[in-house]
Amino acid sequence: MSAAELGAAVRSGQTSAEEAAGAYLDRIAEVDGQVNAFLHVDRETTLEQARAVDARLAAGEDPGPLAGVPVAHKDVFTTADMPTTAASRILEGWRPPYDATVTARLRGAGMVVLGKTNMDEFAMGSSTENSAYGVTRNPWDLGRIPGGSSGGSSAAVAAFEAPLATGTDTGGSIRQPAAVCGLVGAKPTYGGSSRYGVIAFASSLDTPGPMARTVLDAALMHEAFSGHDPRDSTSVDAPVPPVVEAARRADVEGLRVGVVKELGGEGYQPGVLRRFTEAVELLESLGAKVVEVSCPSFDAALAAYYLIAPSECSSNLARFDAMRYGLRVGDDGTRSAEEVMSLTRAEGFGPEVKRRIILGTYALSSGYYDAYYGSAQQVRTLIKRDFDAAFENVDVLVSPTTPTTAFPLGERTGDPMAMYLADLCTIPANLAGTPALSVPCGLADEDNLPVGLQIMAPALADDRTYRVAAAVEAALTDRRGGPLLAGSAFAV
Amino acid sequence: MSAITRDEVAHLARLSRLALHEDELDQLAAQLDEIISAVAKVQEVAKGDIPPTSHALPLTNVYRPDETHQGLTPDQALAGAPAVEDQRFRVPQILGEEE
Repeated sequence: MSAAELGAAVRSGQTSAEEAAGAYLDRIAEVDGQVNAFLHVDRETTLEQARAVDARLAAGEDPGPLAGVPVAHKDVFTTADMPTTAASRILEGWRPPYDATVTARLRGAGMVVLGKTNMDEFAMGSSTENSAYGVTRNPWDLGRIPGGSSGGSSAAVAAFEAPLATGTDTGGSIRQPAAVCGLVGAKPTYGGSSRYGVIAFASSLDTPGPMARTVLDAALMHEAFSGHDPRDSTSVDAPVPPVVEAARRADVEGLRVGVVKELGGEGYQPGVLRRFTEAVELLESLGAKVVEVSCPSFDAALAAYYLIAPSECSSNLARFDAMRYGLRVGDDGTRSAEEVMSLTRAEGFGPEVKRRIILGTYALSSGYYDAYYGSAQQVRTLIKRDFDAAFENVDVLVSPTTPTTAFPLGERTGDPMAMYLADLCTIPANLAGTPALSVPCGLADEDNLPVGLQIMAPALADDRTYRVAAAVEAALTDRRGGPLLAGSAFAV
Repeated sequence: MSAITRDEVAHLARLSRLALHEDELDQLAAQLDEIISAVAKVQEVAKGDIPPTSHALPLTNVYRPDETHQGLTPDQALAGAPAVEDQRFRVPQILGEEE
């Protein structure tokens, strides 16, 4: 049952929020020992929330189409009634005094929080192997990565432990895990979803978004948490794009689709490219006009990102100083605050976080600032210009979401540059702030693992990505005779 | 591109307030060297008079009316503190003997 169907069943009285939450909690108890998608689950708190939603509905209140639908939150969103750790030892057991705007809005929409999901520490990574609390496994193949950094969220939804989950996307952390787990994942326009209460990684890039099993489910959640937030100074004060309407419309007749020449070819898994080519042909058969588009600066996007994101992270993570919250190490009365700070941060942060802090400090240091950080910001301008030029001729751009399917756990942990390549296709949209979505487009022949199609649109035209994704989803479901996830080992 | 030395990493670690172990310094020096060589590509692309973009959105300062409103209570603000004394954050010594 999709989230949309479950919401309809709760509103019609066919089932209750409490029953729905209970069923998902049972499923978590049954399979999470194998998947390790969750960092925190508290059955009683969840059921209490569900009963409160049932009471709201019984009192005649109508919170909307997702009332009574459970949701899992990536552990980077602050939750007032549950711990929030960003999968880091430095925040172990921390209970925030407030809810993130996304969390609060989804509660307002009647969604019931199932728990907090695993992630790469402070959202840094592409495999969820950087969590301080153990790796998460891909429900399609437990020996492989679920993607990252929102890998706990993707695994939870793919293993039917949650109908919907939140993620954050800084360089592809929603779209890449969605692609490798066979889900729909959307990165809204930067500023379209509030960052208030989202533990910051790279502030000019971080974007909260939905992860779902269907395009319509993703659109319903997108609409429920989006919109201007006066608590976030980078929040866009513009109407929320009509994503739900677009997901229901699911038609691409006459739409101009650009295939990005630079995102495909050498270094890409053949099975990924085959499914991508078929998806493009499918769009053409549905009435879209397909053309090849060149975005030459995209070749430098990965390099620019791995200078900008670590630079912002080195600054953002300075707040973890052992003074006001979190871990404190070595405070024995003889050491200074500075020594305690250094010891705490060394013990509290994992290797990838340390690597990025050092890299960011280097890129921002005197003598190197112009060569690295300054040049990266210029590349960002070129990437924006590439998008602007492309969108003069086409309505959306498409590419594979990832160069390969889910790789085996441990395969890239010793080689940071190989790991960073997982974000090759997703990063340009983060640097330009444009919306992008990944929708499943089949299984690769070599390994029978999911492949994602990435759809990118101009800023604030998020609805276009949903419209195209829904058309692809409908056509492929018809062709297969059922949803893609029906083929997963954890299908129910 | 000049190689990043172990001493440079140690200096960066001090600036970042990270007490790294000897083996971490060795490992990071090698990895940073590889990463920096790979990302140095931005210098080849960013040639000429290109204005930098620091943010996807044009940012303006946001103001709100200067009105009092309910914030966190002292107990809420101190709830996650590693050490508390007399309703305040207790921190290790900040100034040394000579200061």
